Amino acid sequence: MSVKVRIPTPLQKLTQGQDVVECKPGMIIELIHELDNRFPGIGERISEGGKIRRFVNIYLNEEDIRFIKAEETEVKEGDEVSIIPAIAGG
Amino acid sequence: MRFSDNEAKRYHRQILIDGWGEEGQIKLKKSKVFIAGAGGLGSPVSIYLAIAGIGKIILCDFDTLDLTNLNRQILHDHTRLGLNKALSGKLTIENMNPHVEVKTIQEKILPENVDNIINDADIVVDCMDNFQTRYLLNESAIKKRIPLVYGSIRGMDGMLSFIQHPETPCLRCIFPEAPPAELFPVVGATPGIIGTLQALETIKYLTGIGFNIKGKLLVMDGSKMEFRIFKIYKDPKCPVCGDKSQST
Repeated sequence: MSVKVRIPTPLQKLTQGQDVVECKPGMIIELIHELDNRFPGIGERISEGGKIRRFVNIYLNEEDIRFIKAEETEVKEGDEVSIIPAIAGG
Repeated sequence: MRFSDNEAKRYHRQILIDGWGEEGQIKLKKSKVFIAGAGGLGSPVSIYLAIAGIGKIILCDFDTLDLTNLNRQILHDHTRLGLNKALSGKLTIENMNPHVEVKTIQEKILPENVDNIINDADIVVDCMDNFQTRYLLNESAIKKRIPLVYGSIRGMDGMLSFIQHPETPCLRCIFPEAPPAELFPVVGATPGIIGTLQALETIKYLTGIGFNIKGKLLVMDGSKMEFRIFKIYKDPKCPVCGDKSQST
């Protein structure tokens, strides 16, 4: 078992088109590091200086991690993480 | 307020909806809706609100129609290239339903005019294409204590939420900062879906039927046809609606 991470459409170019990636459990920031090691460049699209960018929301299951422990939120086996960047179009 | 036999017939099929009735139709006729943007989202929003019988629509767009708009902005057509989009929208809407009064605003929404432009509308529908203006609408709606129906799109992705201070988080609570500006890809069906949902949220609010999408963010991935709902929370430190803001 691992953590299922949903990659948003604009970042799927960096994951070779994968919309779901399996990662190791741990803190959210560790999960972002793992993603960046495997898919170089994705880290800076999501975070800057160890902090999640403020136009990117990360949900642990259906809860916003900003209202849990932000970057230090623990993700367990079987959890689902969704990366949801703001979209501006109308 | 009453409506004509012609109107009674026109709206008959929606008056049949449970809880709607003649009373619901009168509520719509008495309503003023501010639609910010007559583009991809503003098109279906304007059309569905107009044919539902909203009494007054204030349609705001400073921009003129360009050929690249026509893959999605179904209020307009190629005979109106170069025309202001709010004016073009008014022509379409009045053609679809002559019982609706349409006021156009052809100004750009700015910090100094946003409160006047929204004026005494009952609800704001955010159909903008940038966060700077979305944030202005959000702040003004909170100050005025009127709801705002947020929708945005990109490609085949879309989002929706119903913002009503002080009950729900505001747009700044959901996204504290704007994403980088870009020329966003889009196919017309995407704003068609999200704009239609915005229109339905508006109609539900005005008639008092059903439940609005409060405290939740709908995220649509049209490429997989997945609709997911996430919880959103009020940020106590939010500069717009938080404990230390002017709006509480």
